Amino acid sequence: MMSHNIMTLLIRRDLRLASRRRTDAFLPVVFFVVATSLFPLGIGPETNTLRQIAPGIMWVCALLSAMLSLNTLYASDHADGSLEQLMLSTHSLFLIAASKALTHWLITGLPLILISPVLGILFDMHLQAVATLTLGLLLGTPILSLLGGLGAALTLGVRNGGVLILLLILPLCIPVLIFGAGAVSAVDAGLSPRAHLSLIGAFLLLTSLGAPLATASALRIAEA
Amino acid sequence: MLALDMTFNPAPTTLLQASELALQRGDAWLFKNLSFHVSSGQILWLRGQNGRGKTSLLRVLVGLAQPERGTLAWSNSNLANESSSKAVYIGHANGLKDELTVLESLQFLARVHGHTLTQTVALAALRHLHIDHCCNRLVRTLSQGQQRRVALARLALETTPNLWVLDEPFDTLDAEGVRIVNHLLSEHLARQGSVVLTSHIPLELMNTKVQQLNLDEVNR
Repeated sequence: MMSHNIMTLLIRRDLRLASRRRTDAFLPVVFFVVATSLFPLGIGPETNTLRQIAPGIMWVCALLSAMLSLNTLYASDHADGSLEQLMLSTHSLFLIAASKALTHWLITGLPLILISPVLGILFDMHLQAVATLTLGLLLGTPILSLLGGLGAALTLGVRNGGVLILLLILPLCIPVLIFGAGAVSAVDAGLSPRAHLSLIGAFLLLTSLGAPLATASALRIAEA
Repeated sequence: MLALDMTFNPAPTTLLQASELALQRGDAWLFKNLSFHVSSGQILWLRGQNGRGKTSLLRVLVGLAQPERGTLAWSNSNLANESSSKAVYIGHANGLKDELTVLESLQFLARVHGHTLTQTVALAALRHLHIDHCCNRLVRTLSQGQQRRVALARLALETTPNLWVLDEPFDTLDAEGVRIVNHLLSEHLARQGSVVLTSHIPLELMNTKVQQLNLDEVNR
């Protein structure tokens, strides 16, 4: 079997599993919407303040909602023996790890990107700022899924793995948060967001090569 | 050697040679110097009390775990081809997803291991294990024994004389299931395939002498 087929095979299976567990699948995006909408209620309807802090709020909530579904990313495959069957196949573990991260992004990252312009308008952001925020999320959320996959693999079989994932992965996600929110602030200040977005892009390239590799090693250790 | 392999020869060729394996769990040694071989057409029954390292040894054989010392040498005659896995391993966990149907689960497993599986072939394998009437049910709605049958249906798909590594295959099966699996094992051995398994119930195979390796007796 050609190696690209393992990616389509695994992604299709995981999407099908997600479609049969809709509550689990929709949880991250619902969390994102609810959490971001709580801030105006707590802070008060001061439009200028809201507009200023909106990018930061959206990025933090995106980060947290991506972490929400990580503990089951490899744990269920590990528990029911699917993971050992995947590892025994001749397919590269790099591609398996990449597929799992891609599926996680399709389920948690993509809906977030689609809904973020609406939330941006809710926070009275300018159109250009909304566009920058969305572009930033488009580049940044795959990083969260890739690093999250690594965290999930590292904490496989560990008790209280969910909390440990947060402790391991959140610090690594800080650059994405800073540059993602920074890009929108730059637009607000009348500057070009290109430098910030380029840095996120560079980080995305780095993690898409490095994270699946590290995830593969972590999975090998977890199964041994 | 090569000439012998090319002609069909009922004399067994060594498929897997394990030499001086040593395996540790925590601080305790499971075994320090274990050597054995598995030949084509041969079945090796690993025995031993709970906690003697039967499952660990099986996981080493298929490459999921690494031994502390020692080597595993595979003869690459007909099974180490690129596309399909070296051995068929069915462990304690069945490898089925709760939220997939029986048919989807079996097809996924077969595709992962490089077989293209049509629905007809998958159904035939399920029918072999007398579980085809459940083919469109979700795996989680099946009983433990039924799930085991679905996992073991993978064996009915196999046609090549490769190595089967089975961890307690009869676990949770009823008498009929045990008979079916024994029959599958006999068929596999008859086509010069090999089996390494653990089991707490004795095997009932046709025309085959069962080799035994008792981990209680190896020196630790």
